Amino acid sequence: MANQVTQKQKSGSRKSKALSGGTKAPDFTLHSTPDQFVSLSEFQGQPVVLAFYPADWSPVCGDEMALFNEVLPEFQNLGAELVGISVDGAWCHAAFARDRKLHFPLLADFEPKGAVARQYGVYRDGDGVSERALFVIDEEGFIHWSYVSPLGVNPGANGVLSALEDLENKKTAKNHNTQRS
Amino acid sequence: MKGVQTESIPLTRLTVPVARRDHIQGRLDAPVTLLEYGDYECPYCGQVFPMVKAVQERLGDGLCFAFRHFPLTNVHPHSEHAAEAAEGAGAQGKFWMMHDALFENQGALEDEDLIRYATALRLNARRLITEVQTGAYATRLREDFMSGIRGGVNGTPTFFINGIRYDGARALSDLLNAAALHL
Repeated sequence: MANQVTQKQKSGSRKSKALSGGTKAPDFTLHSTPDQFVSLSEFQGQPVVLAFYPADWSPVCGDEMALFNEVLPEFQNLGAELVGISVDGAWCHAAFARDRKLHFPLLADFEPKGAVARQYGVYRDGDGVSERALFVIDEEGFIHWSYVSPLGVNPGANGVLSALEDLENKKTAKNHNTQRS
Repeated sequence: MKGVQTESIPLTRLTVPVARRDHIQGRLDAPVTLLEYGDYECPYCGQVFPMVKAVQERLGDGLCFAFRHFPLTNVHPHSEHAAEAAEGAGAQGKFWMMHDALFENQGALEDEDLIRYATALRLNARRLITEVQTGAYATRLREDFMSGIRGGVNGTPTFFINGIRYDGARALSDLLNAAALHL
C-alpha cells in the first residue's frame, strides 16, 4: 500500500536520538509565513503537537499532512494545537499549504537550516532534512511523548491521539485530587 | 518520570471489528473477513476496485468483504459527497450498487453525477441528493474514519484481513495469498 511498510524498512530505521518524554521542550521561534513568526512558548497552557517531516511535496509527507489535516478537529477537541515543521522555506510552505488546504501552520526550520530539528534530536545529517518525528508537548512545556517513524512510513495519527488522551486523563485526575484535598 | 516514550506504536490492529453496522458482502461468520478503508475519489482505491472483485470471486463463500469510508476531504473535494451518496443509496437498499457506480466513474463525482447514478439505479434521487447536501450521514462517516485512524489507517486504500492490517503489495496475487491463509 502507498504508505505502508515492509519488515525490512522497519528494521532499517536508525537508532533515534530524539528527545524523549519528561524532557523540557526547547523553545524556538520560526517563520510561519514569510512575514509572521510562531514561538513554542505561545502555546504554553495547552498541549501542542509538533510534526517534523522531511519535505513539502514529497509523497509520504503529503499523505501524512493530509491525514493530520483531517484529524485536526479531534486534536482540537482534546485542547491541542498542531504545527508541522520542515527545513523548507516559508514561501514553499505557503504554496504547499495552499495546495493541500492545510488548516494548521507549517513552520520553516530554514535558517540556520534544521536548527530546531537538531535541538529535538531529529536532524538527519547528510540528508539535510529532519526525521519524520512526532512530539506531544504538555501544557507546561514538557515533552510527554515522542516517536520517530521510519522515513518512508506515514505514522498515522493514533499515537498522537493516545498521547493527548493520556494528558487529558492525567489533567482530569489532577483536578479531581485538587478538589478533594 | 513525567512523560512516556513509546518505541513503536501498536498501529496495525483493528479496534472496531466488522459487525452488523458495516456494509458487508458475504456472511459475517465467513472464515476470511476483508475490510477496506477507502475513498471514492482516491485513484489507488479505483485501482484496487477490480482486484477486490477478483478476490471475492476466487474466495466465494469463504469471504466477507466490508467497506468503511475514509474520505480525505481536503485533498479529494468530491469524496465526502460521494461517501454520503453511497450511504444514502444504502438507506434505500442499494449501497453496493452505488459503491460500484462511484468507483467505476471516479472522474465524474459532481452532485449532478450523483443524481444521475441514483436515477439510473432507480433510487429516489431527490431524497438522496438532499441527504448528500445536508450531510445526513456525517456522523456515520466520521465513525468510519475515526475507527480507521485508531486502527492505524494512514492512507487509502488500507485493508485489514481478519482484523490485522495488510501491509503487503497492492497486487492481486499478494492480497489473495494473504487472505487465503485464513481459509
